[in-house]
Amino acid sequence: MSRAALLVLADGRFPAGGHAHSGGAEAAVKAGLITGAEGLEAFCRGRLHTTGLVSAALAAAAALGVDPLSLDAAADARTPSVALRVASRKLGRQLMRAARATWPSEELDALAREFPKGAHQPVVLGLAARAAGLGAGDAAYCSAYECVSGPASAVVRLLSLDPFDATGVLARVAGEVDLVVDAAVESAVEAARGGVDVLPAASAPLLEVGAEGHAAWSVRLFAS
Amino acid sequence: MTAAGVRATARLGARADGRGGTALPVLESAGPLALRRTRGSGDEARVMLVGAMSGPLGGDRFAVEAEVGEGARLRVGSAAATIALPGQAKGEARYDVRIDVAAGGELRWLPEQLISVKGSDLRVSTRVDLASGARLVFREEQVLGRAGEEPGRLRSRLTVRLDGRALLDQEVACGPGSPGGWDGPAVLGGHRALGQLVVVRPEFVERLPGPKVLGEAAALTPLAGPAVLVSALAPDALRLRRLLDEALAELDS
Repeated sequence: MSRAALLVLADGRFPAGGHAHSGGAEAAVKAGLITGAEGLEAFCRGRLHTTGLVSAALAAAAALGVDPLSLDAAADARTPSVALRVASRKLGRQLMRAARATWPSEELDALAREFPKGAHQPVVLGLAARAAGLGAGDAAYCSAYECVSGPASAVVRLLSLDPFDATGVLARVAGEVDLVVDAAVESAVEAARGGVDVLPAASAPLLEVGAEGHAAWSVRLFAS
Repeated sequence: MTAAGVRATARLGARADGRGGTALPVLESAGPLALRRTRGSGDEARVMLVGAMSGPLGGDRFAVEAEVGEGARLRVGSAAATIALPGQAKGEARYDVRIDVAAGGELRWLPEQLISVKGSDLRVSTRVDLASGARLVFREEQVLGRAGEEPGRLRSRLTVRLDGRALLDQEVACGPGSPGGWDGPAVLGGHRALGQLVVVRPEFVERLPGPKVLGEAAALTPLAGPAVLVSALAPDALRLRRLLDEALAELDS
């Protein structure tokens, strides 16, 4: 396994289209719920422990070789907002293209055939990590970190927030990213033994509700 | 009550009676969970869950199991809000709900709110198993603290399965001791009442309602199956109920 493969996959410049999504931050800024670094931090923390944990666990389970079809169905059940399911599949399709070009793999090919419109992003991420020779923890780290770094860089653009402040937020939640990754990997190991029902299902009602409103805006900076 | 808390499981079973109505061959109250049959309407039987004492308290384990048979129609309500209270017994309280609805059966599960009182620690687990062709209206509402009070700790997981496949799996965790950010702009944003309304209908296979924004912090969204979810946040229980009632009335019309 190459350690540097993790940096390639986790790099914000990896061409997987994540920069076009704010992870719900655009809707939260518009609603006046994020007005600065403090609001961003509370947002990131809440997202990390809810959808962040769920995504990291799905990614870790996929990296461990848990059946991607049942993981994709588990992601559907844990993503009630149709706008978020659509966004997740779009991101999954873009990541799939980049991952297949970077780390050709039979498993990625099979998943792409099964979901021509895109599988859920965390499932693709986990399989991409597997194809790159990475482990469940690596996949969970990519997923959990992306779950906070996406909104942080989006808020820099949305509020003209000082990038140093945004990076400070990421540093302050880093310890909680570690905890979420540990929990995600633990449940992924359980899922590998006993099925996907044991995966976490932590929900963020405001993200779900906000996503439906955001998808209906006629003008927006980010796709979700 | 012992230091270990109260354990009680109430059971109800509804069957089509063969004369166009619904019979209740199983109606077992247990401890503080009393079930009463009330006057139904048409072919629908009605049951009220009457809390015969406060609770659940810390250490208590309550459970309700409901089964609706083929062609039976059941509506379940509760006489008052369920109030999670701190108890003398150590540890969390648990409230487990298990629901099964057979093909052609219909359940309308519309209890009053769950109120999480300061100092309480409750874990709710609700699992609904639907056969293909079953109909469901399921409402749950959580109120964080009595008026002006801090909430207790509450974890509530709702899993709805249709024909063995998970249709919805969601867990909310809030109150002191919950993972960070639970009251922040991604999760509850200071709202003190949250609710979910799940509606599953076979005819949604053909025609599923589209997503709809229902005010500032509520939306209807189609699930990945013949079902919709109304998810709502509100400042208080009254406004939450109004949102969910309006959404249900529109789906029923």
